[in-house]
Amino acid sequence: MKEELVQRLAELAPKVEGFIYPNEVEIHWSILIVVYPYVTGLVAGAFILASLVKVFKVKELQPTYRLSLLTALSFLLIATLPLLLHLGRPERCFEIFLTPNPTSAMAMFGFVYAWYLMAVLLLEIWFEYRPDMIRMSQTKPFPWNWLYRALSLFSSDVSERARAFDAKALKAITVIGIPSAFLLHGYVGFIFGSVKANPWWSSVLMPIVFLFSAIVSGIAMVMLLYMIITPLRGKPIEIACVDRVASYLFYAVIVDFSLEALDFIHRLYESEESIGILSTMVTSRLFVSLLVMQVLLGMVVPLGIMVVIKLSKMNDELRKLLYFTAAILIQMGIFSTRWNIVIGGQLFSKSFLGLTAYKMEIMGIEGLLTALVLLALPFVILVVLLKLLPAWPGDEAASSAPPPPPVSDAGPAPAIAPAV
Amino acid sequence: MQRRDFLKECGLFLLVTKAVEGLFGAGAAAAEEPAGTKAGGGSGGESGNGGDHLYGMAIDVDKCIGCGRCVEACKTENGVPKEPFFCRTWVERYTVKTDNTLVVQSITSAGQKSDAPVEEKEIKRSFFVPKLCNHCAHPPCVQVCPVGATFSTKEGVVIVDEERCIGCRYCIQACPYGARYLNPETHTADKCTFCYHRVTKGMLPACVEVCPTQARIFGDLKGKASPLQRFERMRKIHTLKPGLNTEPKVFYADLDGVVR
Repeated sequence: MKEELVQRLAELAPKVEGFIYPNEVEIHWSILIVVYPYVTGLVAGAFILASLVKVFKVKELQPTYRLSLLTALSFLLIATLPLLLHLGRPERCFEIFLTPNPTSAMAMFGFVYAWYLMAVLLLEIWFEYRPDMIRMSQTKPFPWNWLYRALSLFSSDVSERARAFDAKALKAITVIGIPSAFLLHGYVGFIFGSVKANPWWSSVLMPIVFLFSAIVSGIAMVMLLYMIITPLRGKPIEIACVDRVASYLFYAVIVDFSLEALDFIHRLYESEESIGILSTMVTSRLFVSLLVMQVLLGMVVPLGIMVVIKLSKMNDELRKLLYFTAAILIQMGIFSTRWNIVIGGQLFSKSFLGLTAYKMEIMGIEGLLTALVLLALPFVILVVLLKLLPAWPGDEAASSAPPPPPVSDAGPAPAIAPAV
Repeated sequence: MQRRDFLKECGLFLLVTKAVEGLFGAGAAAAEEPAGTKAGGGSGGESGNGGDHLYGMAIDVDKCIGCGRCVEACKTENGVPKEPFFCRTWVERYTVKTDNTLVVQSITSAGQKSDAPVEEKEIKRSFFVPKLCNHCAHPPCVQVCPVGATFSTKEGVVIVDEERCIGCRYCIQACPYGARYLNPETHTADKCTFCYHRVTKGMLPACVEVCPTQARIFGDLKGKASPLQRFERMRKIHTLKPGLNTEPKVFYADLDGVVR
């Protein structure tokens, strides 16, 4: 383990430009820490989309409501894994609950996560699906009826009054959920934004930029999933729904873009001590991932696409195709954003006199394959969740048979799993 | 093994005192302080009352010859991996060229070949700067540690409890001085301890002891007449990155403005 690391660092050493402190050759937060804010961002964003239906009563979005909730849950369930796998001593992770340091932003992670999972997401999904679960516990064959009975926590009341209470509870949870989603992801932004030693991270805007990029990525992800799953169900895509989602996406991207531009201009204008090394980094090490992938392909092009769609009258098919393209580009763009923040923040020396390099491992625990498995896992979970808890009324007939093993992303996962 | 036990007890003690303080208010715990060691701490070996020390170090920049013996002694004394990517202390060689551009190199072992990086006639000025953990009074690493594994002792020394550290590396990110690394053997954060195991027995840190030019002066900031205090009285003192409000306890005399 140590020899391997030393060899890797020795290979990196010649790539160092200028002067860096000797301990800075090693990039400590790897691709897994890029995955983590990307995933929690998707959770928060998907939840915000769901809340538009419940709190702001946007009717056109109804077809995406349950899908948003299940998407958020699928990603939230794996959100801890990249962190856990990254720890030097993962077996001590529980210390963060037992002896949390009150001055540490990171120490709050467990509590924020648990709050969001238990008090918001699971509760909202439970209330939303309670009548369905009760119905399925009565109609499904053994052993599924027992599963649903257990999932519904053995409740059986589907009277008017009970359902009215469900609706009320849902609304209350969503109202609490919006600030909680903001907290979940704003907090991740704070972890980076509060590091005063690092001028690339240290910015009061960081939590807000994180939040809006989260909303962007979450909305785009649900839109993608809706456009992929609906044809697979043999149903037509409701273009009014997609239009509406895209419209929210458009405004979210504009806000996100403006915030990032503000941050960028502010840094350039203030031109503090670190500006030299940061400029060098952006135009050399981060040129492709920041200027090309994040800004051009991940923001400017999708924005252009959506402006074109808004201005011209094109037929539904072409519109869907363009929306789909824009949403994929946006996903890539937001992933690049996370990459540029996490990896970029470690590429320059805190002496501001040089740059180090990051060479991603392929096979190791902190390698590319692990990251890909972690990114594929939520989709596997989502397939299972959608089988268990149908997101669209009328799909239950199709899912009355026991769920088959998930197909889409399950292929590579088991093969790689041992490496994890 | 003794050191490990010691650190463990330190961590436990801190935890208990913190809890007690939380319950009964600050100060109540201080009374239960076990009588500290007879730590002299100063180069002169003066001793003080148990626990009544505040350790610091001064660097006489102009005396450093960049021999790297401090680095070697530190690595040997503290079991730091020999490779140049893991350092509790190191020396930086600064060369300001006649066109005012800067060339900096690290010296991470003794006897490291350190030819002048630029032609002699291009050199405006050149000097060595030893670096180590600054044992800040407001340490950002301690602030961010999620489990309280890194902490300031009452003598002002910032240390890591390797039995508690989870290896999240947030402290490494938070340190403005690059003074921390992840120990590839323990997979926990590691850093300079001012040779806590030595200074609490009245000895000097290893780097101070081996320095052939006495460029490093270790001592008690609370003591009345330590060499460190004398040094602070006689010389113009500067600390690294004062703008970050970390309040280092490593003081540099004759520090050049280009040093980061």
